[in-house]
Amino acid sequence: MSLTLQQLQAHLGGLVFAPPEPAAAAAGPPTSPERSSPPESEAVPSSAATAPEPDGVRLVDYASRGVHLEVRTPASQVVAAAELLDREGFALDAVTGVDWIAQGEMEVIYDYFHPTAPWRVAVRSRIPRDHPQVPTISAVFPGANWHERETHDFFGIRFLGHPDLTPLLLPEDADFHPLKKDFAV
Amino acid sequence: MSLPEPFRLLAYLLGIMAFVGLNAAYLVWVERKGAGRFQRRPGPTEVGYAGLLQPIADAVKLLTKQVIVPPGADATLFRLAPVVVLAPALMCLAIIPFGPHLVAREINVGLLLLFAFGSINVMAIMIGGWASRNKYAIISAARVVSQDVAYEIPMLLVVITMLMVTGTMDLNQIVRQQAGAFWNWNLFKLAANPLMPVTFVIFYICMLAETNRAPFDMAEAESELVAGAFTEYAGMGFGVFFMAEYANIVVGCAVATVLFLGGWQSPIGILPGAFWFLLKLYALVFSVVWVRWTFPRTQFYGLLNLSWKILIPIALFTLILSSVMLKLF
Amino acid sequence: MTTEEIMAVAQGKAPNETFVLNLGPQHPATHGVLRVKLTMDGEYITRAEPVPGYIHRMQEKMGENRTWAQYLPNTSRIDYLSAMAYTHGYVGAVERAAGIQVPPRAEYVRVITSELNRISSHLVWFGAFLLDLGGFTPLLYAFDDREKILDLLEGITGSRLTYSYYRFGGLYNDVDEDFLGGTREFVAQMRPRLGMYRTLVTENIILRKRLEGIGVITPEQCRKYGATGPVIRGSGIAYDVRKVEPYSVYADFEFDIPVFPEGDSMARYLVRMEEMGQSLRIIEQALAKLPDGPVMAEKVPRVLKPPAGDYCYAVEAARGRFAVLVVSDNKEMAYRIKLRTPSFSNLSLFEEVSQGMMLPDALALMGSLDLVIPDIDR
Repeated sequence: MSLTLQQLQAHLGGLVFAPPEPAAAAAGPPTSPERSSPPESEAVPSSAATAPEPDGVRLVDYASRGVHLEVRTPASQVVAAAELLDREGFALDAVTGVDWIAQGEMEVIYDYFHPTAPWRVAVRSRIPRDHPQVPTISAVFPGANWHERETHDFFGIRFLGHPDLTPLLLPEDADFHPLKKDFAV
Repeated sequence: MSLPEPFRLLAYLLGIMAFVGLNAAYLVWVERKGAGRFQRRPGPTEVGYAGLLQPIADAVKLLTKQVIVPPGADATLFRLAPVVVLAPALMCLAIIPFGPHLVAREINVGLLLLFAFGSINVMAIMIGGWASRNKYAIISAARVVSQDVAYEIPMLLVVITMLMVTGTMDLNQIVRQQAGAFWNWNLFKLAANPLMPVTFVIFYICMLAETNRAPFDMAEAESELVAGAFTEYAGMGFGVFFMAEYANIVVGCAVATVLFLGGWQSPIGILPGAFWFLLKLYALVFSVVWVRWTFPRTQFYGLLNLSWKILIPIALFTLILSSVMLKLF
Repeated sequence: MTTEEIMAVAQGKAPNETFVLNLGPQHPATHGVLRVKLTMDGEYITRAEPVPGYIHRMQEKMGENRTWAQYLPNTSRIDYLSAMAYTHGYVGAVERAAGIQVPPRAEYVRVITSELNRISSHLVWFGAFLLDLGGFTPLLYAFDDREKILDLLEGITGSRLTYSYYRFGGLYNDVDEDFLGGTREFVAQMRPRLGMYRTLVTENIILRKRLEGIGVITPEQCRKYGATGPVIRGSGIAYDVRKVEPYSVYADFEFDIPVFPEGDSMARYLVRMEEMGQSLRIIEQALAKLPDGPVMAEKVPRVLKPPAGDYCYAVEAARGRFAVLVVSDNKEMAYRIKLRTPSFSNLSLFEEVSQGMMLPDALALMGSLDLVIPDIDR
């Protein structure tokens, strides 16, 4: 890959984000088209679970987190992020979800790795828990077809535009979503 | 020992049926022990000394199983198929000379009869597969037909070559022509056909393919089609197919022995007899078992390509070559 | 058939009738319970739809209902043939989360045992793949070699298949001289065996005809589906987590990544055979450089409560890239554990690649992908 990590971060920041939306910019101005402010990266590891991060693209310490770049986007931008990463030659690692019941949100995580460069990018998007839906990226990465079906099985997240959102691992007639935090074991 | 003809024939037929039965049973033992040894394990050792009673145990098991005719299958054809597979093998063995006077019936068109009966085998497997009304069985039956038809042709070309070399269709005559030490065997008659060893190899390969033995066992490819044409057969129905497979191998090796290796003639020129025939026969059978456990399976179209594009041209060439040699010398 | 239908067939105008053949879930060729719905036109496959989920155990929910240490044995059961690497992935993720440093001796032993496990997993694949293709004998030779590995690992871990040998911060049991001496002997006698496999099996003409040119997967397909491991290395891309994202002490060793550009089943076969040789190299170097010292980090709390956040750790398992994403909320149980398994991504490209292939070739392709079904279903 010919870009450096910083250039990739700039591209993602510039192309993925529309001008800052007032609702999403919770703390500080990280949605500027140029670079996110470096001090954010040190604060990332400990606060991720308790308060949702503002949208943006952040460099992350690989040795402590396992990811190089973390991108938080609104749900409408996941396809654009996927297309950009596809153009840069990334491969899809996994698509999964996390149920943040305490905050009334679900998070969809898209993991990407690059076959020839040592970089890992994670794209995350928060969606409301009672009406979870996000556009599908299976047109960009056919491998996402199965990952999205599995995420739908486990969380009930609807992927808009998916060709065949039937249960993959659960039985065909399953109407429950086991990984939701209010699903009794 | 001069019984009236019908009784002599009956005695021989009973002998042949016993021979086929014993062969089927104990060739299974040879195969399983051989497979074991090739795979660095002992093979059956539990039942009897060195597992020698294992075939008896297997036979008892097969006999006590319920024979199920699958619903919707053609019951007559379904029950007929195993019989049609086994009968021609018995008939072929009736005309093969085991020893100087040990032949059920001397017929002067023996070779023709052998291949006429041999072709019935194909039809029987087709009947078995079709009558089972099972997708796997039908696919397998279709494969068997195209495979066997493809390999009949080089086999017959080779046999015609041998016919020209020996000048007779009578199997007893063919064996008597190879009297003397082993250099008189048809395999080494390079004056008549310089490519005789090639001819023998082609015959051997065709024999493996006709009997659906590995590496040509696409029809019953276990890992794809479960048991192929025999999927729906249980108990003794399956047992009879199994017996027929080994009987066919014995017939094929016996024909190879008679045509190429001198039948009951001794390699050192003295003391000919049935003993030599059986020795050569079982050496060939052992090599068939050996080949099965050594090679992976070919692809189906690779198998057909081998026959149509490689074996037939070579067989035609040897045919023409030997006719030229015989004309000139 | 009516007269019109017969006339249509005779004139070659009838549409081809396809039929549906179910491969599995119980079938000798699908290694485990995988159902593949094949829509076939004669001998050709028009659509092959894998239907996984027959052995789905909801491992990820189990992760949320057990403490971090209680979940550790589960990781061996995801891909039981390559259990050490999977435990390594989970343990590494938790160590990254909790900031635990592993002593060097433990790291070296982890590398030795992971590589031994890789060889034993590839031996099982080798035997089973040849069995699918109709060669019954190599399976038993491969298992002969594998038995030696299993005996070695049983001496230090107590298990033959699902080891659970690693702990947070190191190992639970140090290696002894029996193990080290035995491993040296094993390496010495395994190299000629690999040569024997090459002569007897790899160079066999029938095998070559069955695998060369069959099931070509392009690098672009690998990338789009996220296929990793020997699948991507057999398509010409040198992606191996041990080199690209070096973890543990793999950076200390000198080894090559076998890459073959053709992308057919033969290329994937050769990648795995070569990998066994490279694993032997790594083991030799690790044995030579093995440092002394403790095998367990000090002061690892009994009840682990890693700081809140999400952490990812990836390893190169025998089948490809295995990554664990753990989300912790500072409790004794995980908030979310995501297991990214290689066979899941590798199988997802089967539908596209197998179109138009014949059934035996599609089975050769599936065997060359080296699937372990519990790995797909989790």
